[in-house]
Amino acid sequence: MSEKLKIIRTTTWSAGPGCHGTCGVLAYVKDGKLVKVEGDPDHPWNQGRLCSRCLAMTQYVYHPDRLTHPLKRVGKRGEGKWQEISWDEAFDLIETKMNKIREEFGPESVIFAMGTGRDIGPWICLLAYAYGSPNVMFALSGVACYSPRIAAVEMVQGDYCILDAAQWFPKRYDDPHYKIPECIIVWGYNIPASCPDNVFGHWIIDLMKKGTKIIAIDPRLSWFASRAEKWLSLRPGTDGALAMGFLNVIVNEGLYDKDFVEKWTNAPHLIRSDTGKLLRENDLTKGGSPANFVIWDKASTRPAVWDSGNVAYKQNDVKPALEGEFKISLADGATVTAKTVWAAFCKEVNNYPVKRVSEITWVPEKDIIEAARLYAKSKPASIHWGVPIDMTPAITPTVQAITNLWCITGNLDIPGGNVIARYAFDAVAYALPGAEGVIKLESKEADKKRIGADRYGPLNKFILRAQPDLALEQIFSEKPYPIKGMWIQSCNPVAGIGLDPKRWVEALKKLDFVVAVDLFMTPSTQLADVVLPAASFLEKDGVRSWWIPLQTINKAITVGECKPDVEINFELAKRFDPNLRWKNIYELFDEIIKPSGLTFKQLQEKGWAFPPQGHPSTPYHRFEKGLLRPDKKPGFQTPSGKIELYSSLREEWGLEPIAHYEEPPFTPVSQPELLKKYPLILSTGRRSPVYFHTEHRNIPWLRKIDPDPVVEINPQTARSHGIENGQWVWVENWMGRCKLKAKVTAVVPRWMVMAAHGWWFPEKPPQEPSLFGVWESNINQLIPMGAQGKDGLGAPVKHLLCRIYKVSEEEDNA
Amino acid sequence: MPEKTRYGLLIDYEYCTGCYACQVACAQEYGWPAGMSGMKVIEVVQELPNDKAYLAYLPFPTELCTLCAGRTKKGLEPACIKHCMAACMKHGKVEELAQEMGNKPRMVLWAPR
Repeated sequence: MSEKLKIIRTTTWSAGPGCHGTCGVLAYVKDGKLVKVEGDPDHPWNQGRLCSRCLAMTQYVYHPDRLTHPLKRVGKRGEGKWQEISWDEAFDLIETKMNKIREEFGPESVIFAMGTGRDIGPWICLLAYAYGSPNVMFALSGVACYSPRIAAVEMVQGDYCILDAAQWFPKRYDDPHYKIPECIIVWGYNIPASCPDNVFGHWIIDLMKKGTKIIAIDPRLSWFASRAEKWLSLRPGTDGALAMGFLNVIVNEGLYDKDFVEKWTNAPHLIRSDTGKLLRENDLTKGGSPANFVIWDKASTRPAVWDSGNVAYKQNDVKPALEGEFKISLADGATVTAKTVWAAFCKEVNNYPVKRVSEITWVPEKDIIEAARLYAKSKPASIHWGVPIDMTPAITPTVQAITNLWCITGNLDIPGGNVIARYAFDAVAYALPGAEGVIKLESKEADKKRIGADRYGPLNKFILRAQPDLALEQIFSEKPYPIKGMWIQSCNPVAGIGLDPKRWVEALKKLDFVVAVDLFMTPSTQLADVVLPAASFLEKDGVRSWWIPLQTINKAITVGECKPDVEINFELAKRFDPNLRWKNIYELFDEIIKPSGLTFKQLQEKGWAFPPQGHPSTPYHRFEKGLLRPDKKPGFQTPSGKIELYSSLREEWGLEPIAHYEEPPFTPVSQPELLKKYPLILSTGRRSPVYFHTEHRNIPWLRKIDPDPVVEINPQTARSHGIENGQWVWVENWMGRCKLKAKVTAVVPRWMVMAAHGWWFPEKPPQEPSLFGVWESNINQLIPMGAQGKDGLGAPVKHLLCRIYKVSEEEDNA
Repeated sequence: MPEKTRYGLLIDYEYCTGCYACQVACAQEYGWPAGMSGMKVIEVVQELPNDKAYLAYLPFPTELCTLCAGRTKKGLEPACIKHCMAACMKHGKVEELAQEMGNKPRMVLWAPR
């Protein structure tokens, strides 16, 4: 007898749609089989809406190519010969091989590589740390996706913040605490076509319908650019200069919030003119603390001390000076002159007059001025940015500049501004920038071996991951220690996350043992020794603790022998660490969500939970209320307790402490010689609404919508190259070339082309040399590794140079 | 002959973002093979003077669109409208939708059946 239709309410977090999830979903299940997926109309996040990728889940979960059994390699690596094995055999084999590496070379000799999407962040840490390796690696050059932005914002203001679309409240836009932003800057983000990373792109469209004006910053005519009050089509990679230009207009026209700057930023702190460094209490008095800073008190006409630990001046009734130069007597008897951080900040800002910024960015002066004024005069106003901000080597100074914009205009943590994003109830699963989490590497000694931690400040302090560019080098150099194995989970370095992907193939081939965990065979899994079949979000229980709300993922179906990532990793973690303190995954879930006062079962019944008003994870004005710091004092979790316009951490790391612009390494300006041969700007990573990075090329409903890897070419550029819409073209530079289909469209400017990323062809032969045709159209072949920024972050993904030409008929037929 | 009440779809194409949720939602609802759907999203890039352009998307109900008669009878919205990420589509009586159409520019009213 046929079973009745069951509806299971759950929450996305890939695998499946490919995203960072949060959408409420209703899974319709009949006789144990998924028949339909719908958006949950009661869920405050997506309110019944759902993306094309999630709506295609029935084709995804039952796809004939789905991996449903563990596989062991039987031929040579890359030969495509596999044998089905049982889970017990797979676990035993992995345990034996990895224990051997651990005994001979140490646990750090295995790298645990992850990609994006999917909830494996905590679970890959669980496994790596149980094994004893600190080397969890997000495999993109310069870690150039999101965590650099988070780290840089935390460096400035102690907590990360995002666009306020009332996502903190169950009633959303109707919550009485909320205000609609007058203006939103959509900065380098084609968010309707992107995955719903951290916010749901269409919220901005909800807000536009309620009157929000848009400033779009994007070289391409994005959907937002088409509908923006101001569209600034900047040269890719010059975002930092544009932000400095905005600051220039805002500071010089007095459009900033002076009281806020004086009270909440380190603008009054003094910088010594002799060393160029912050004046500290120990400079002033013997026995003074180096953690305390010095200001000039206009009331007493003497220096006064800012006590960072106490987040207050040591003296009473201090009137800090923002301007001026002061003579200061030091503890050693010497006298130095000092000026304020504000003066140094303004001096830097004044290096970017609008005329110069226009020359750098190619944006007309008038547009820069008008956009800066519109943003600064709109109350409230918000900035929402995309991954191009991370995808440049000078990511940190760029983020400093943009962060300074929302800080000095008083838009931080106010309704409709940029609102501090904490994990709901402060329930944190694993170490992310600014949060420690339940799953952590217990041994500080073991962490010292983490690749790049000793070299790069932000990786030491904020991003507790291995630095991928150094890791790749280390696989070849074996210095300071050899890398012998790699665990690859939700990660496809050969087709997507890896730049210079042929180097990654060489690297994988050099290793003694490689495990890949995935849902389908990919060019990367083809190079593994063992491949484990992972479950989609519909096939697992899980917790989701990534900002607000806190929620569970609820199992709806089972497919083959597929196992959820958490269960795979938990089983092996137990084997590698017999003292693992959780008996099963549910104990672990309970501990992660414990700050909410709920157990996993209780949360599962509720579906989702919003922290109440007054909780540190609920807005607004938390820095004034003492809700951000562990000591409950008003202020921020930075070294000084203030927003640092001059970063004391950057000073400590020997890097420029104030926001500024640096020309990226491969642009028409920095490479005039290369420009002669490669006259077009190559930008990569055009988002498709039906794909998530390398995923979904095998899902028929989705592939039909976006069938080919495309390069967007402006009609005039196409004409001058004799290229017609739909023709195959070579995109080539000094690194290599790949074949893409011309999409002739006015959405790109004449001087650049935009290439789709993440392309491989699941329908082509899996074995080498084809590897699913990955070498035909993978644009990452034109992007180098090792061009990360001075602080180990960022990569030149969005701004390279290239030339284009037609694929010849012979080549086309080949 | 008494006139039959006709139903249609009102699309506010100022806000359609080309997310294709409608197209895939329809394919899922009716089990259409790839390439078939009651809804097809069209991209329109119009070049304008002075190097400018406008990017628009337009959901078009195809021959396969039944206006989700089965769903609407049960009081449910058509599958495309239910999932529309930009909430820019509305189902209703043609006369009523035509009235509403006058309220703002960049609207189109489809009456496929």
